[in-house]
Amino acid sequence: MKAARLSVIAGVAVVGLALAGCTGGGSGGSGGGDASANLTSKGPITYVQGKDNSNVVRPLVDKWNAAHPDEKVTFKEQSDQADQQHDDLVQHFQAKDSGYDVVDVDVVWTGEFAAKGWLQPLTGDLKMDNSALLAPTVKSGTYNGTQYAAPQTSDGGILYYRKDLVPTPPKTWDEMLKDCDIAKAKGIGCYAGQFAKYEGLTVNVAEAINTNGGTIVGDDGKTVTVDSSEANAGLTRLTDGFKNGQIPAEAITYQEEQGRQAFEAGKLLFLRNWPYVYNLAKTDGSSTVKDTFGIAPLPGVTADKPGVSSLGGHNAAISVYSKHKATAFAFLKFLQSEETQKFFVTQGSLAPVLSSLYDDASLNTQLPYLSTLKTSIENAVPRPVSPFYPAITKAVQDNSYAALKGDKSVDQALKDMAAAIKTASAG
Amino acid sequence: MTTVAGPAAATAEANALPRTKQKSKTKSRQRNAGIRTGISAIIIVLWCLLPFYWMVVTSFRDVGYTFDTTPWFTHFTWDNYATAFSTKLGNHLGQALLNSLFIGACVTIIALLVGTFAAYALARLEFKFKGIVLGLILGASMFPGVALITPLFQLFTNIGWMGTYQALIIPSISFVLPLTVYTLTSFFREMPWDLEEAARIDGCTQAQAFRKIILPLAAPAVFTTAILAFISSWNEYLISSQLSSDATQPVTVAIASFAGSQPHQEPYTAVMAAGTIVTVPLVILVLIFQRRIVAGLTAGGVKG
Amino acid sequence: MSTSNVVAPPGTQNPKSPQLRAGVKKNRRQQGRWALYLILPTLVLLAVVIGYPVVSAIIMSFQKDAGLDPATGLFVQGGFAGFQNYAHWLFQQCAGPNGESITCPPGNLGSQFWNAVFVTFFFTVTTVVLETVLGMWFAFIMNRTFRGRGLVRAAILVPWAIPTAVTAKLWYFIFSVAGIANAVLGAHILWTSDEWASRFAVIIADTWKTTPFMALLILAGLQIIPEEVYEAAKVDGATTWQRFWRVTMPLVKPALLVAVLFRVLDALRIYDLPAILTGGGGGTGNATTTLSILVVDQIRQGFNSASALSTITFILIFLVAFIFVRFLGTNVVRTQEAQQKGAK
Repeated sequence: MKAARLSVIAGVAVVGLALAGCTGGGSGGSGGGDASANLTSKGPITYVQGKDNSNVVRPLVDKWNAAHPDEKVTFKEQSDQADQQHDDLVQHFQAKDSGYDVVDVDVVWTGEFAAKGWLQPLTGDLKMDNSALLAPTVKSGTYNGTQYAAPQTSDGGILYYRKDLVPTPPKTWDEMLKDCDIAKAKGIGCYAGQFAKYEGLTVNVAEAINTNGGTIVGDDGKTVTVDSSEANAGLTRLTDGFKNGQIPAEAITYQEEQGRQAFEAGKLLFLRNWPYVYNLAKTDGSSTVKDTFGIAPLPGVTADKPGVSSLGGHNAAISVYSKHKATAFAFLKFLQSEETQKFFVTQGSLAPVLSSLYDDASLNTQLPYLSTLKTSIENAVPRPVSPFYPAITKAVQDNSYAALKGDKSVDQALKDMAAAIKTASAG
Repeated sequence: MTTVAGPAAATAEANALPRTKQKSKTKSRQRNAGIRTGISAIIIVLWCLLPFYWMVVTSFRDVGYTFDTTPWFTHFTWDNYATAFSTKLGNHLGQALLNSLFIGACVTIIALLVGTFAAYALARLEFKFKGIVLGLILGASMFPGVALITPLFQLFTNIGWMGTYQALIIPSISFVLPLTVYTLTSFFREMPWDLEEAARIDGCTQAQAFRKIILPLAAPAVFTTAILAFISSWNEYLISSQLSSDATQPVTVAIASFAGSQPHQEPYTAVMAAGTIVTVPLVILVLIFQRRIVAGLTAGGVKG
Repeated sequence: MSTSNVVAPPGTQNPKSPQLRAGVKKNRRQQGRWALYLILPTLVLLAVVIGYPVVSAIIMSFQKDAGLDPATGLFVQGGFAGFQNYAHWLFQQCAGPNGESITCPPGNLGSQFWNAVFVTFFFTVTTVVLETVLGMWFAFIMNRTFRGRGLVRAAILVPWAIPTAVTAKLWYFIFSVAGIANAVLGAHILWTSDEWASRFAVIIADTWKTTPFMALLILAGLQIIPEEVYEAAKVDGATTWQRFWRVTMPLVKPALLVAVLFRVLDALRIYDLPAILTGGGGGTGNATTTLSILVVDQIRQGFNSASALSTITFILIFLVAFIFVRFLGTNVVRTQEAQQKGAK
């Protein structure tokens, strides 16, 4: 029958289309050839970044375009959500899109994108001079011994505390726990961080583990080392905090904003958060702590070494599929130039990667947290730079969340975490 | 059509009360029914509007007091609406609104057209493979939408349609088609086709008979499907976020890219303002359309 | 153009005459051709947008995800995987450190499959039942004539008209520990992290948002019922309850079943709301992780395995729809003629 024949033809056509188009779905290491192409060519490029909250990028791009009329930069802005930015980049890389030349990558995406052959190795003609930068930021852009991404902004965790209740900030975790009696007397919570089941949890757990001398994976990025006594000690500090009420029960739902809200409402004595809270706590109409809070580096294990913060921030990388890599490379250097980095601070309150800027007096008056932030970043440890980072962070989140809620012992949680990370990298 | 085979005789006897008593009984029963309807209506309106009320209150609250839980308007400001509409940081909510309206209109019209054709064939015509066709159409609603993003992205990149309106309209039509076809089919089956037969005997073509007799009777179904299709495409986010460009992005994508003034800051108040802006025209549109349904039906003498 | 000149009105010809039978056959073929033209646009649209990704997903689900080449540190294409990806999800089989097969440990996405199935089905059953009951109530009220009816109808549509992303953020905001929900209830419920509180949060938000959808479809079904039917029933002395069950329900059944069927299909694929509201978390961390959330998480780790999961989800949903249609009698294949035969 005609209908039957037509439907058979249609079916075959659909399968044919599918077979023809299905190659793009799986990720292949086909970037090898592209890595050596277009190394010296110049021309217009596109810079891709997530939401430019503080309007720093547009003026910078305008400045560059005025100075380089033949190598104009077009700014493509993504959404504000890290996940959406990640997926958008993945889609374009998989499609081998040459329309994305320089991309802004979160510090945890380096391993994944580099291993998939999407990022241009910054070697040879494209080698960058990292001597003036803070060392941990460079580490976050390095995979398998090669640098793939150039740091442009950084971020680290700092401790906010109520200086009206605790005149000197604690230098160690144990000191902080002692100060919890003051919190109890006042009827407020003692300490909170970010403990909801999302990337922020990995940040906080990694900080606890790293501060106590443990690591999640070894230096090679592959060996799983999270099942160690140091890591155990670190995670136990958090679980004990929940168990003993020093960390309020509702902190298990906290992302950055909820913690900020609780601190501004005067309900917390100590808060671990990013530097962005500083300005908001001082200027929010509803903030009750405008003049009564101070900042300090994260508490460590011993008084001589501050706590380890998880490194935040963003790097800039060149796509292997870019057609004008020389221009892209020049743009990377522009992003790291002193003028640009200063502008990041003054206009956007973003932490720079140039270490010299942290000692600049005028910048320190503008951003009072700058010196604390420098300590934080100098001692920061990036989260594992691994191609399997999505699986690793999932393993860490799932198991530590269960441990914090008391559904699992810390021993079991770390064992499962190690097993899960191992299966991820075995795949 | 089924008729009631109830205890008619018994009730009829019981109802043989004196006339005045019956009248006042009916009147009081009607009043009770009226009161019950009124109370139900109020409860329903409250249930539907209270969270929306909170959204509006938040949207008018100063961003420094975002987390204030006072249930009425405090720290009133228009700032959030100004932020939502501002084009300073590359947002363009006004343009996004127009995009959504345009895309929604195209999706609705095309889906209705295509769906009506298919529903007519499925309800009225006799042919083999009808079950398979129905199954295939239903099957299109069974695949997780989240898994369609990557293949569609590649498809539209390959044919060079990235960021165009077509790339946003066509997937939305396909998402809405199964429901459209099934709803229209089920309504068309219930239509009095003898009227259409009579019209044809009187000289109309099949198409004319359909348009003049059946379609007006199916008006509630058609308008309902239109509203469903429009709001469906209005709500679409996953595919649009990947396939749209700055110029063609719909409101869902535009709102998702709102940001606070600082990294990590969640722009609740601005998002609530944008949500309010986006909902109000839609509700007005629907209000207009639902009046149409009522008007069309009372004209046709069917309960409206 | 019309086919009516081939077949005379029913009942006027000898049903067994060979001319009539030949005419009917020719009519059938013409009908078949017409049907093809009318249905083709629908099928083409669906084939391109949904058929092609489904087929390509099925094909990819039999490929292994890219593995890491230890020498270069780069990903290389995985080879053919057979049913390995499916075993990963259905039987929680993961690759152990020495290449052998082990049970997926907690924290690996494979271990969450059956939990996600439970969560998805739980959400589907509760939200669909709630939305159907509430939707019927709303539809009945909207169907009555009273002053201000237009405003009630507009109010009912508001929850559904707000974009899902905004709704999810709104409820996230409402359900935050220091948010308005706890303030009004005077409670301290951890809505986004307690096992059952998080599930109820998702259910409440979803019901609020989607009841208008059901109400609208049911209302359309109610509006088709002519007033005379109710009058006749009243004259026959039927009570309100009898009128509801014996008159309204059978007549509104087609619309109701279509609404419920599609609502079920949508609920089984729910993603936006739980993802933004709770991130799939709650309880021990996965109390609100639905199958679609699992798919998205897996896409970030390996697309071929995600394709296998999508295909499994697809088959599950197909089974549910099949059972639904089989047992609830959504007999959508009957045509008008069969209907007439049935009525006789």
